[in-house]
Amino acid sequence: MNAPARLAVVGFALALAGALATAVLDLPAAAVDLPAAVAENLSTSGVEHPVTAVLLNFRGYDTLLEIAVLLLALLGMLAVAKPEAVAPEPSAADPMLRFLASVAVPLMILAAGYLLWAGAHRPGGAFQAGAVLAAAAVLLHLAGRLPAWASPSRMLRLGLVGGFLIFLAVAAALLAQGALLRYPPAHAGALILLIEAGLTLSLGLILAGLFLVLARRPASPRAGVGEEGKS
Amino acid sequence: MTPGLLYALTGIALFALGLAGVILLRQTLRRILAFNLMGSGAFLVLVGLAQRGGVVDPVPQAMVLTGIVVAVASTALALALARRLAEDGHEDG
Amino acid sequence: MSLAFDALLALALLWSAWRSLATPDLTRAVVMFIVFGLLMALAWARLDAPDIALAEAAIGAGLTGALLLDALGAFGERRGGDRP
Repeated sequence: MNAPARLAVVGFALALAGALATAVLDLPAAAVDLPAAVAENLSTSGVEHPVTAVLLNFRGYDTLLEIAVLLLALLGMLAVAKPEAVAPEPSAADPMLRFLASVAVPLMILAAGYLLWAGAHRPGGAFQAGAVLAAAAVLLHLAGRLPAWASPSRMLRLGLVGGFLIFLAVAAALLAQGALLRYPPAHAGALILLIEAGLTLSLGLILAGLFLVLARRPASPRAGVGEEGKS
Repeated sequence: MTPGLLYALTGIALFALGLAGVILLRQTLRRILAFNLMGSGAFLVLVGLAQRGGVVDPVPQAMVLTGIVVAVASTALALALARRLAEDGHEDG
Repeated sequence: MSLAFDALLALALLWSAWRSLATPDLTRAVVMFIVFGLLMALAWARLDAPDIALAEAAIGAGLTGALLLDALGAFGERRGGDRP
């Protein structure tokens, strides 16, 4: 790109930032008081933490679609990866790293369980728990204990879609009773915990999959140069 | 100025920086970084603007939580596409 | 006082974002991006959003960082190993 065009792009970006900043500073106060509405309905949501209530009750369909988007992204990655690319053999990793993994991974799984449980009444929940599970999987891969994914096995596929299927089953059952994802207040807590448990497992597997699919190397003699540096 | 407003303005600056980066940068990996900066800027605007009165608002917080997870998925998909492009012989990196 | 900290954090965010795009070395750019993710986690904590702060630290900085570092290795490998 030549210099005048670059300058034009920079000028455009600056003008956009200026316009947006002016708009933000001029904005009148919000007409709808969402925090008050959330606080008002929190007692019927089944959980005590407002963010979890919004995620899984008031706007549950956002979360339902989000897990579907994640599955689609992973499917897309599996589709564009070269078929001949193979999962490299787990390399003999640094003993220090392997020791760290063997100590840290059980603790990380415990932490994920705690975060899942804590989500009902304080910061935490399925997203953070799933992220910690995925981080444990990445650590295991770096320590040479977990190979990269060539193609997910049948069990793994079930785990990947399990959270989405549980969520969808609950949504469909509630739809038959009246409205999509409107929980009966008496059972809301248990239903949310069920959905969150499924979501934690599937999110952990999907997020780990994002890394483990990309960790494959082409099955050519050139592969292996970067492997030593990583192990 | 409240902290919410300050972070919203920071988000606008990040968004503009990322936008210019996506258009101007040549390397695919840098464009993916710039794209992520745009996302982070939008998240900051969403939460900062809602909390500019100083009241915590859980609704945009929950949306941003969803957004962060979707952003990492789109980053991974973009990296997979970039790698396939590179493997098929299109120069980038 | 606390607003001064917020202003400093906002400047650090913008600086790390700028460095991740402008620094010539790709490895350093990725490292600056991970720094940016960690600063974002701090910003979420300042905005009274501990849920997002947790997710940002684990996903935004941790997982995205691992993805980018791995991609760096793959891209460098194909160019004849000109990167460590």
